[in-house]
Amino acid sequence: MSAIIQVQNVSKSYWRDSMEIPVLHNITLDLNEGEFLALMGPSGSGKTTLLNLIAGIDRPTKGVLNVAGTNIASLGESALAKWRASNVGFIFQFYNLIPVLTAFENVELPLLLTKLSKAERKKHVESALNIVGLGDRIHHYPKQLSGGQEQRVAIARAIVTDPVILVADEPTGDLDRTSATEILTLMGRLNKEFKKTILMVTHDPHAAESAHSIRHLEKGDLI
Amino acid sequence: MRILKLIFKNALRHKLRSTLTVMGIAIAVIAFGLLRTVVTSWYGGVEAAAVDRLVTRQSVSFIFPLPLSYKNKIASIPGVSDVAFENWFGGVYKDKNQFFARMASSDNIFDVYPEYLLPKDQLNTYMKERNSSIIGAAIARNYNLKVGDVMTLDGDIYPGKWDFVIRGIYTPKLQSTDDNAMFFHWDYLNERMLKESPRRANNVGWYVSKISNSAQSAQISEEIDAQFKNSPDETKSETERAFNQGFISSSSAIITSMNVMSFMIIGIIMLVLGNTMIMASRERTREYAVLKTLGFSGKHIVGLILGESMFISCLGSFVGLMFVFPMVASFEKFIPKGMFPQFHIEPITMILAISAALFIGIAASAFPIQRVLNTKIVEGFRFVG
Repeated sequence: MSAIIQVQNVSKSYWRDSMEIPVLHNITLDLNEGEFLALMGPSGSGKTTLLNLIAGIDRPTKGVLNVAGTNIASLGESALAKWRASNVGFIFQFYNLIPVLTAFENVELPLLLTKLSKAERKKHVESALNIVGLGDRIHHYPKQLSGGQEQRVAIARAIVTDPVILVADEPTGDLDRTSATEILTLMGRLNKEFKKTILMVTHDPHAAESAHSIRHLEKGDLI
Repeated sequence: MRILKLIFKNALRHKLRSTLTVMGIAIAVIAFGLLRTVVTSWYGGVEAAAVDRLVTRQSVSFIFPLPLSYKNKIASIPGVSDVAFENWFGGVYKDKNQFFARMASSDNIFDVYPEYLLPKDQLNTYMKERNSSIIGAAIARNYNLKVGDVMTLDGDIYPGKWDFVIRGIYTPKLQSTDDNAMFFHWDYLNERMLKESPRRANNVGWYVSKISNSAQSAQISEEIDAQFKNSPDETKSETERAFNQGFISSSSAIITSMNVMSFMIIGIIMLVLGNTMIMASRERTREYAVLKTLGFSGKHIVGLILGESMFISCLGSFVGLMFVFPMVASFEKFIPKGMFPQFHIEPITMILAISAALFIGIAASAFPIQRVLNTKIVEGFRFVG
């Protein structure tokens, strides 16, 4: 199986005034297509930073990042935005839905960047919402949904463009145990049935158990 | 379509804040429209002045009269095709607070002012009677007067009771033409002066010369003034526009400050809307980060913020423009009748208000756009508003 994510000697530092704050040190990581990897580690270990780099929403200080066949570190802002739109689905801890849009409209957002017709978009959105089990909540606004339902809408938004990779940053961090289990089950289905490559950041061992493999980060080093 | 819907929904997300901003813009547009209308009305006489008429007055001030004998001398100057003359009569009609110009005029006044449209039969009747008068349509409307009615004026510059029979009502040819003036025979005034105050007889307030070539106005003005140089009554000739301008120059500081204020209002609206947009974009920092994450480009983000800003500013301006017409009409009722020959919203005021709305919409969104575009996605997710 080929590696869909190749991280080679990637380092990342932030600068506060003239002081360099190293976050990741020479990280090397390969993730094969269809794999489900959980990244664990304490707060400040650099898990989210590594996830952001792989997802193309941050840039490495040095190293090579080959994701879905593209060296994303070499892309300009506009090209990177297009690459993200077609290759990566994002699931956040706090769902990050647009409160003034319905579930349907939130899920439809990424499709507005495609050339799909209105009817095609509708078909895709309904299909995604049905996969996450919210086919009957399409006209509900986020505030009319529970936390678990909001996260399922966010997952539907993440998969509606049929991306190659799903990245999830603490997807169960804001949910109760039951809802968390439902979300993890759903992510497991997406991995098994729809062959999605999933990279999940979590500090919850229960959540990490859903993944095929677990890697740990400690103070910016992958162990 | 969805993007437009998002713009619309974002604009109405904080209904109270958006409503207050829209109301603020609307009130500012009303204030702008009102102030601009006062300013343009003040300059109405200047704008309406003809380019082919010269006004000759006493060189010290137009309150000092000129001899009647100057008429033929002015008429003899090459380039002058007709000469009329007028005296400012003043007086009070019914109420001191009600103002309109009352002029004792030479009989050819309607030849020199062709923009006053008067039916021929009314002009003929006017010419036949000594105490007849012609009034503007606005006076007839304001005082419910008609042809045949008698107007009694209490004279102040020329004391006594003065009765005039209305023999004609002129209408303005152009929107800018003053239809708020009264004309009567100069001879009627002069006859009475000869009897009651002979030293004031045979005097003229100012002359109005029609010239055949407006390009020669400066040269002809010089020639007229040269004619009377070193005489007891030296003259100052100038274009009608300059004359009217001089008439309102004493109020120029007030007008200028009103003009400046009207544009300062635009600055205030810009700050109000700018503040609203800054607050809105700060609150949505995380949402913009999400949109960028999903692949929305800078262009989309600019469109969202600019669209919201334009929506609020245009809505506010629309509401303001809806109310500015009745507001101006109401304001007109509180100003003395005849203070302004024309008091209405000029098209230029509308154009300025609409242009200002568009400019404000763009300018108010500039800072939030710059801030959002410069915020990295990861910083956006970390932002706590």
